[in-house]
Amino acid sequence: MATKASRSAARLMMAPAVILLLGWMLVPLIMTLWFSFRTYLPLRGGDQGWTGFDNYVRFVTSSSFWPAVQTTLIIVLSVLIITVVLGVLLAMLLDQPMWGQGVVRILVIAPFFVMPTVSALVWKNMFMDPVNGLFAHLWRFFGADPVSWLSDAAMPSVIMIVSWQWLPFATLILLTAIQSLDGEQLEAAEMDGAPKLKQFWFIILPHLGRAITIVILIQTIFLLAVFAEIFVTTGGAFGTRTLSYLIFQRVLESQNIGLGSAGGVYAIILANIVAIFLMRIVGKNLDN
Amino acid sequence: MSFKHTLRAATAMSLITATSAFAQDTTITIATVNNGDMIRMQGYTDQFTADTGIGVEWVTLEENVLRQRVTTDITTNGGQFDIMTIGMYETPIWGANGWLVALDDLSADYDVDDILPAMAGGLSHDGTLYAAPFYGESSMIMYRTDLMEAAGMEMPDAPTWEFIADAAAAMTDRDAEINGICLRGKAGWGEGGAFITAMSNSFGARWFDEGWNAQFDTEQWANTLNFFKTMMDASGPAGYATNGFNENLSLFNQGKCGMWIDATVAASFVTGDDSTVADSVGFALAPDTGLGKRSNWLWAWALGIPAGTAQEAEAKQFIEWATSKDYIELVAENEGWANVPPGARTSLYENPNYQEVPFAQMTLDSILSADPNDSTVDPSPYVGVQFAAIPEFAGIATEVSQEFSAAYAGQQTVEEALAKAQAITDEAMEAAGYK
Amino acid sequence: MARAVTSRRKLINTTAAWAVGLLIFFPILWTILTSFKTEGQAIASPPIFLGFDWTLENYKTVMERSNYARFLWNSIIIAGLSTIIGLIVAVPAAWSMAFVPSRRTKDILLWMLSTKMLPAVGVLYPIYLLFIKMGLLDSRAGLVVVMMLINLPIIVWMLYTYFREIPGEILEAARMDGATLKEEVLYILTPMAIPGIASTMLLNFILAWNEAFWTLNLTAVNAAPLTAFIASYSSPEGLFFAKLSAASTMAIAPILILGWFSQKQLVRGLTFGAVK
Repeated sequence: MATKASRSAARLMMAPAVILLLGWMLVPLIMTLWFSFRTYLPLRGGDQGWTGFDNYVRFVTSSSFWPAVQTTLIIVLSVLIITVVLGVLLAMLLDQPMWGQGVVRILVIAPFFVMPTVSALVWKNMFMDPVNGLFAHLWRFFGADPVSWLSDAAMPSVIMIVSWQWLPFATLILLTAIQSLDGEQLEAAEMDGAPKLKQFWFIILPHLGRAITIVILIQTIFLLAVFAEIFVTTGGAFGTRTLSYLIFQRVLESQNIGLGSAGGVYAIILANIVAIFLMRIVGKNLDN
Repeated sequence: MSFKHTLRAATAMSLITATSAFAQDTTITIATVNNGDMIRMQGYTDQFTADTGIGVEWVTLEENVLRQRVTTDITTNGGQFDIMTIGMYETPIWGANGWLVALDDLSADYDVDDILPAMAGGLSHDGTLYAAPFYGESSMIMYRTDLMEAAGMEMPDAPTWEFIADAAAAMTDRDAEINGICLRGKAGWGEGGAFITAMSNSFGARWFDEGWNAQFDTEQWANTLNFFKTMMDASGPAGYATNGFNENLSLFNQGKCGMWIDATVAASFVTGDDSTVADSVGFALAPDTGLGKRSNWLWAWALGIPAGTAQEAEAKQFIEWATSKDYIELVAENEGWANVPPGARTSLYENPNYQEVPFAQMTLDSILSADPNDSTVDPSPYVGVQFAAIPEFAGIATEVSQEFSAAYAGQQTVEEALAKAQAITDEAMEAAGYK
Repeated sequence: MARAVTSRRKLINTTAAWAVGLLIFFPILWTILTSFKTEGQAIASPPIFLGFDWTLENYKTVMERSNYARFLWNSIIIAGLSTIIGLIVAVPAAWSMAFVPSRRTKDILLWMLSTKMLPAVGVLYPIYLLFIKMGLLDSRAGLVVVMMLINLPIIVWMLYTYFREIPGEILEAARMDGATLKEEVLYILTPMAIPGIASTMLLNFILAWNEAFWTLNLTAVNAAPLTAFIASYSSPEGLFFAKLSAASTMAIAPILILGWFSQKQLVRGLTFGAVK
């Protein structure tokens, strides 16, 4: 159907977006690559020349590197699992007829509107503080010893905070998908006497496949870069140092741009590995 | 109002006659930290503007974000700020790099010699002052006189760590939610890192030997950390591994701490309106172990001018105003002597009005007993009490203090934490080319 | 929905959904409540839920200390303009990808998304140096461009999925009737895609509003948005929960209200082409 003319028109229309993004990607990328091969210490006289692969070797052999990669993957995976599972359940609940559906919906979506810094501050100070936090009061009320959330259960706490922020997004998309489900199909299944669990497994879940794929894809992109939540709550302590936080420490706290840039290159590589992996697993879902 | 107008008109007139090019609407931009004394200063800026015709824009940020922001700007010569609020750690390093305007031509009225020598020393490089202290602090013991009495003990003016541990155990009453002692355990070089480093000085430990070798494998460090952890596990609050200045402040104000060793500026908070224990707070010097060094630190928040700013003269004018004796008078007049910025000027401590403030003398004594140039028992190659004034320190100390915090939380042993600290430090020092 | 629903079932649904909804919303509610307390009440033990002396003191303090209007205006301008410019760039691109697909289309889409994976802190220095060179530091223009570029991949992708849902036959029919490319886009495509475009706008507005790394690091005074406003209230020395809560409420209220009024749009539009 596409004529030659419309093809070239199409290219022309795509050009601005592609050129802009190419610039946005290439300029910093090239600069990062350049810095990563140099000894660049801003507090020690700046750029001190070529250093080969030293920064790369140093970054990857540092005792913090592999734990950071692991932490990153754990956070991404846990948040994905939590938000998708709870999102499906929540979407199904919200799809039921009820009074005040609109209000409930906005209550559930609300966390998505809150800045990550704010939500991290609120959770850390007003909920997870082991003395004044609401959780501590709750624990004491039931006669238990308050938990020091951000030290004894740092990873679960961070994962919880991030999940709280992203659950609304997952719920929203899944809810839209559920609403488009053909009611007749379910009714027919009900007539046949299929139990609820079977209905869920064989009708609802397959229908949601595509939506779940999209939730996973979009969230992964944002979760790989989780930063504010860690900066505010633990500052990377207690095993919550992700790869992007490690880079932050190298660049801003240690003021070693070269080393940090090498870390940045590793982070890009990791992100692409994850992306390719994702595409292999879920990409097919996007095609139909 | 009319007075203000006349004043402004008069200033304008005098400026016009002095230099016609002087723009009335000059504005300087100041980056600062969101602590109480700075916020108060912002409130008085209108007066400065009225007096000089120089407008002031404030960029107020929390400490961590501020550091990140001003460091990026100064190292890249970004020129976003005319004045930056920096500390004793940054000033000598930046001064040495030539990034700050030397404050060597301040007016006679300003009386630069009145600045406490310890503060001036920590804010200078090669004898040149690069930032003027807005307020200074050391650390000291704040304790509950009522609880101390109930425990049947009496706080000496200069206690030892042994005494502190005993007193903490005696004051602790878990059922009443009273912890004998609250200390910083939070990761971060300016939080728990600063505390444990200052404490280690009194145990005879140091960060580096004279060949810049990390010293975490020494007995002194093991003693410091073991003592800290044992005492805090026995008498400290739950979750102390994440407590910093603020967390401990609110604990103390709620009456949940018997003792608290922290910044001297906290004294005005714990005796202020928000405190439920304001009437029963005593002060003492930070403890020692008899080795000749106490465990108090030295810090100042100071105003510096980035080199290359187009508004150097105006910036200097502001610094002279904000760190002057007159400014202290101004605050005292409006908000009482207890609320003036402390720890910067000798004359403040000679003022009879200020001597009546309960924590004034102890603050001065604490400041005077800390010497950045000789902070450790064994000789060390670095300047600084609770830090080493080298560019790599902030990064290293943050990671080291994270290992310590993990040990406080019981996720690893003290030995493991020290071994990791040793590795992290040596690794970073090697990367920085010290070896 | 033809399913018959007993009112008992409806009651159970309602109770369950409200319980969950309130639980999820509770941290925000708690923040709003705390903003009306004094600093002392904010850390009172046991915590006070409603029976405190409601005060506007915190809001007054915040208004006196900060130029809220300027922060708010900057947020609106930066989030708004970056979204609009992003749409102008993205609509044609998404259109051509959806209706004139080639073998490369999917690769280009994935590549676009992958540009979002570059960790921001890793390129802080390069971008900062670049901004100095171009004189863009602390300018709204600079931030608009950065926000637009950051969110562009998401915009393109969302629009692409919407456009793909529009049946090609309609366009073909229009073309048969002699509609030009311009007319096709303007009179047929756009009206059909309005819900999609609206929710794309909303989502990007929210993402740009909440972005806290670049907006903090590339601004000082003139272009500083609400994220910088928040940074001046978090963790000072002394008690700060109540004032922080007031500042937080002021920072999220505009977007919360916007979300409230547009939630139907958002729910209908946020499909990412997932419905099929």
